[in-house]
Amino acid sequence: MAVAEQAVPVPAAGLAQPERPAVPASIVPLAGIPFVTAILVALVVSIQGNWSWALDFFHVVGGGLWTGVDLFMGFVIGPIMRKLSIPARIELTTRLMPKMLLIMPTLVTMTLASGFQLARLNGMLDTSYSRHAWVVVSMVVVAVMAITALGLLQPANIAVLFELRKPQPDPAIIGGLMRRFVYASAVIGAMQIATLIIMTRLAS
Amino acid sequence: MAAVEASPVAPAPGLKVTELGMVSIALVAAGVIYLAAHLPRHAPLAPALGLLAAAVLVLAVNAVLLARQPRFAWWRFRQVFGWMLLVYVVVAGMIEYAFVYDHTRGAVLAVMTCLLATFTVNVPLISGYTVARYEQRLSRDS
Repeated sequence: MAVAEQAVPVPAAGLAQPERPAVPASIVPLAGIPFVTAILVALVVSIQGNWSWALDFFHVVGGGLWTGVDLFMGFVIGPIMRKLSIPARIELTTRLMPKMLLIMPTLVTMTLASGFQLARLNGMLDTSYSRHAWVVVSMVVVAVMAITALGLLQPANIAVLFELRKPQPDPAIIGGLMRRFVYASAVIGAMQIATLIIMTRLAS
Repeated sequence: MAAVEASPVAPAPGLKVTELGMVSIALVAAGVIYLAAHLPRHAPLAPALGLLAAAVLVLAVNAVLLARQPRFAWWRFRQVFGWMLLVYVVVAGMIEYAFVYDHTRGAVLAVMTCLLATFTVNVPLISGYTVARYEQRLSRDS
């Protein structure tokens, strides 16, 4: 027989109150998909055409926003969320998480795809490049961020969204998943600081 | 008639699907970094093949352990796994396109593709498990 890993929480009847934010029809905000598609198509076209300005644009804009959002989530929103009441957390989560589900993968794809192509065009991937070791270290940092994001942060995000769609969301489950989300964000935020150091080192 | 029980269904304690999935992704990342760090030269493939084999082994162990859970919310797992797999097939397709576009060929491309495929399965597995373990049980007893 399967046994729950944690105590079975009691559903909070109070959460089904009328002031609870409306549950959207879809987990993913469908209105954002055309924008994501347009960005990805533009990215592929830029790679195909070896357009260095466009690749620079995607890498700088995507990387800046990715770093900024991670630092903001990890070190500003995270501590604030820990101090919010459970209903306030649910309210914030309901509005924030669906958007994050589209924004973050798009930013990551923009940054990494364009960055890899730029490194290739500029000869930074070549083992003869004088700072090649820094490039490899940046790959390791990205790997740590990816493992944390894909293993902890993204699943927690999706699980929270599913929990919020239930008639009576369980505050204990949401609280646990949000803690995981916030800690993962802090780890990724710390890795982003390492990324800033490496990128400025490579650019100087 | 289907009835929904009031408790979330979770696998047995000690089942570390998330942790094993992260280990498998880490092995994939190590393999990709190893190959990318040697560009434009072709690196000796033995370490990359070892990392690939280890990643696939951990993924297989993870899948078998999960499959042996009889009271898991498989319907929800399949739903999340399917959609996530679709998303990551698109992502993996873009990465594969970049490999081919950058003139990666032969055995290196084959190893990279296998690493990518392992990654593509791991991500939906972790997300599907995380969502399904908090899902209420859908029992078919009337």
